[in-house]
Amino acid sequence: MSSILSVRGLDAFIGGQQILHGVGFDVGGTGVAALLGRNGVGKTTTAKAILGLVRRHGEVRLGDGGGRRIDSELTHRIVGRGVGYVPEDREVFGRLTVAENLELAVRDTRPNYELVYGLFPELAARAKQLAGTLSGGQQQMVALARVLLNENRLLIVDEPTKGLAPLVVTEVADALAAAAQTVPMLLIEQNLAVVSRLARDVVVMAEGRVVHTGRAADLFADQDRLQQLLGVHQTAEAKA
Amino acid sequence: MRRLIRPAIAIAITVLLALLPELTISIPGVLPGPTYTVGTQQLLALCLLVGALAVTYDLLFGLTGLLSFGHALYFAVGVYGFAIALQVWHLAFLPAALATFGIGVAAAAVVGAISLRVEGISFAMVTLAFAQAGSLFVYRNFGGFTGGDEGLGLARADLPSSLLGVANTVNLYWLALAVAVLVYAAIAWLARSRAGRVMAAVRENELRVQVIGLRPYLVRWIAFVAAGSLATLVGMAYLLVQGGASPQVTTSSFTLSLLVMVVLGGVGARWGALVGGIVYTLLDQRLTVLAASSRVDSFPAVLRVPLSQPLFILGTLFVLVVLFLPGGLAGVSQRLRRQHEDGRSVLPDPDPEPTVSSLEGVG
Amino acid sequence: MSAVVLLLITALGLGALYFLVASGLSLIYGLMRVLNFAHGAFLTIGGYLGYTAGEHLTHGSASWPAFALMLLIGAASGAVFALLVEVLLIRRLYQREIEQVLVTVGVGLAAVALVNGAWGSDSRSLPVPAWTSRTTDVLGARVPNDQFVCIAAAVLVLAALLTMLHRTRYGLIIRAGVENRAMVTALGIDVRRAFTAVFVIGGAAAGLGGVLAALYNSSVSPGMGDALLIYAFIVVVIGGLGSIVGSLAAAVVVAVLQQFTNYYAVSGLGDFMVVLLLAAVLLVRPTGLFGRAS
Repeated sequence: MSSILSVRGLDAFIGGQQILHGVGFDVGGTGVAALLGRNGVGKTTTAKAILGLVRRHGEVRLGDGGGRRIDSELTHRIVGRGVGYVPEDREVFGRLTVAENLELAVRDTRPNYELVYGLFPELAARAKQLAGTLSGGQQQMVALARVLLNENRLLIVDEPTKGLAPLVVTEVADALAAAAQTVPMLLIEQNLAVVSRLARDVVVMAEGRVVHTGRAADLFADQDRLQQLLGVHQTAEAKA
Repeated sequence: MRRLIRPAIAIAITVLLALLPELTISIPGVLPGPTYTVGTQQLLALCLLVGALAVTYDLLFGLTGLLSFGHALYFAVGVYGFAIALQVWHLAFLPAALATFGIGVAAAAVVGAISLRVEGISFAMVTLAFAQAGSLFVYRNFGGFTGGDEGLGLARADLPSSLLGVANTVNLYWLALAVAVLVYAAIAWLARSRAGRVMAAVRENELRVQVIGLRPYLVRWIAFVAAGSLATLVGMAYLLVQGGASPQVTTSSFTLSLLVMVVLGGVGARWGALVGGIVYTLLDQRLTVLAASSRVDSFPAVLRVPLSQPLFILGTLFVLVVLFLPGGLAGVSQRLRRQHEDGRSVLPDPDPEPTVSSLEGVG
Repeated sequence: MSAVVLLLITALGLGALYFLVASGLSLIYGLMRVLNFAHGAFLTIGGYLGYTAGEHLTHGSASWPAFALMLLIGAASGAVFALLVEVLLIRRLYQREIEQVLVTVGVGLAAVALVNGAWGSDSRSLPVPAWTSRTTDVLGARVPNDQFVCIAAAVLVLAALLTMLHRTRYGLIIRAGVENRAMVTALGIDVRRAFTAVFVIGGAAAGLGGVLAALYNSSVSPGMGDALLIYAFIVVVIGGLGSIVGSLAAAVVVAVLQQFTNYYAVSGLGDFMVVLLLAAVLLVRPTGLFGRAS
């Protein structure tokens, strides 16, 4: 199966310190690959390194059949190639309205407002509201809507359910599931119920390195491995 | 053996500089006359002092990473404080010198304690604000003793006889050399000490310094006070060499020119800052003379206008160095190691190179 | 009473000048994190080129159309100069902010020196419309008419800036970029074009301010930009980096404080206080009164 994103030997640096050491993995051309690991292992840094938001060396290729190297390109170039990014902590522009946040994100000539307002009708209702006054869940919807307006070849989504109430978590997971049907996704998540619902592949990190890759189903079936890598028990049947 | 090379070179250069007034070295176009003449000695004394001042600025900016726009304030305290102590308070020479130094230390301690509460550009602006306040104080002649626009002159009665008179200009040169050597050695010693290595570490990676239990605020404050106090010392010598205090030394343009000197010489390389200061002063003085000369008058206006303005040439040179030679003069001979910190910029290696790991085992 | 009215209006006139310089500085710092030390030079060059246009167009006093042209040329020269600085120098140092600041220092020094060389260091008086040299009676105070021109210009620039920021795509990008520049790039937008835009806008406003400062001071001099720059920095910091409304409010506050203190207390004390106010605000609230957290 072809991969949409291929990472080899990725090192990344923040403030003079090396955070990632030779990270390597693939994201398949369809479905969701989940990037897992305890807090502070470098998952967010990996996402940022792929996007060029932190200093990095290594090989990152986007596209099937070998793809094109993006590891020395500027962020806006990479995103312009069709990479949608939903950052940790949402990062919506608080002093802009919801409508302005969406308008800013438009890249294509025909942005898909029907899809976005269909998934998140609240955003249409709150179009003129300042994004900074929204709840966490609503801001997450704005962050997701931003990327879904455009056609993407890959989505990189970082901890979308962080700090959200269970009901909202379900809504977000539903939206992600819908998006994942047409676009491959690299998903960073701590909520293993969400991961087991959405992910086909998993990549596990520890201390800035990749320590395990494989099928999600295999990992979730192996409680000992799960405990060893992530320090948790999780049953796949728990409601996502 | 290698460890002795650098101090040996430093001593050799110092000896050479001390002997200059006895020699007959001429550099036409650069020096106004051979090195035994008074005019050249005065110029060289000035160059050495400004170079020393640039090294104190390098301690702040190059070593500790503190971009201050108000360093001129402590230099001005030295210049004006000494003048006022001698002329207005009528103190004898040595008590006046000690009092002035004390005021400089106090000023740096207080302003540093306040300014260092914020970081980055805010810190730069706060230092600018304080220096500007000082400049206003001098220019507006609050209290009537700063001389305002005209500055303060030194009366003969206030100075020891060994420093008076044209024949004793050579003594002023040696005084300037002594001060410059003292300042340079003090800063070199500080940079190599434990505290100095922490200062460099704080510049590179504040978080790791905190993690091993050291306090960045304290370390920066020490650097600030050291730099300011030494600047005051240089200012006092400057007053003697110049024979008076001019309000121009309180301006932010003056601090900016210090920044230019340090960058020209190479940020973080001490000898680079010294050379930068000397080169800048020489260029400034000689270009002013060139501008007034009849040769330039005959150039077409397109050339004459820029060449008649030393600051234009220095400003342009500065821009070119920043764009194409980020290591300055020192960087041309040193290897650069680039560190992009979250989009922040480059500072070349200091000398010696500290790492946080070299601090493990420090209390 | 009439003293207060006079002080207030001249303070508003001074505040107008501060606003013209500070608005551009604020946008440039807010978006690019570059403290533009060349901004004073933008003002000086605008002032001098406007002056030169005036000298060629009129003798003695200027007609209103001629003065309008001087203002236009002042703004245009500031804009062009800023454009050259950004494209040729700043852009090469993308993501190296300290070096960008250093380059603006060098440009500021060199540009002012050039003006000094070309026109000499003595101040020269600007040809202005005769009306501006007269006064108008406002509530018993005899207010010089040039104040009204400055205030009117600032109001127009404010309106133009707010319209640009809230009704154009570039404005949207700038407002978002001031808040979170990295995220703007993560949306696929090349912020570097916005950088050029804010430099040009800042240059135009400063250049316009140069001609008006010459009107206010009745002369142009090579140091005029740098003299105003320190107060513009104060206004930017107090008003909040990246905030136009903040710059306006701070400009008025600073100018009023300065003028009233200079008049009622000791002359020069106002300037002193305002500088210390800068330190105070930075220490208590580094992001300014209206600013964004960096």
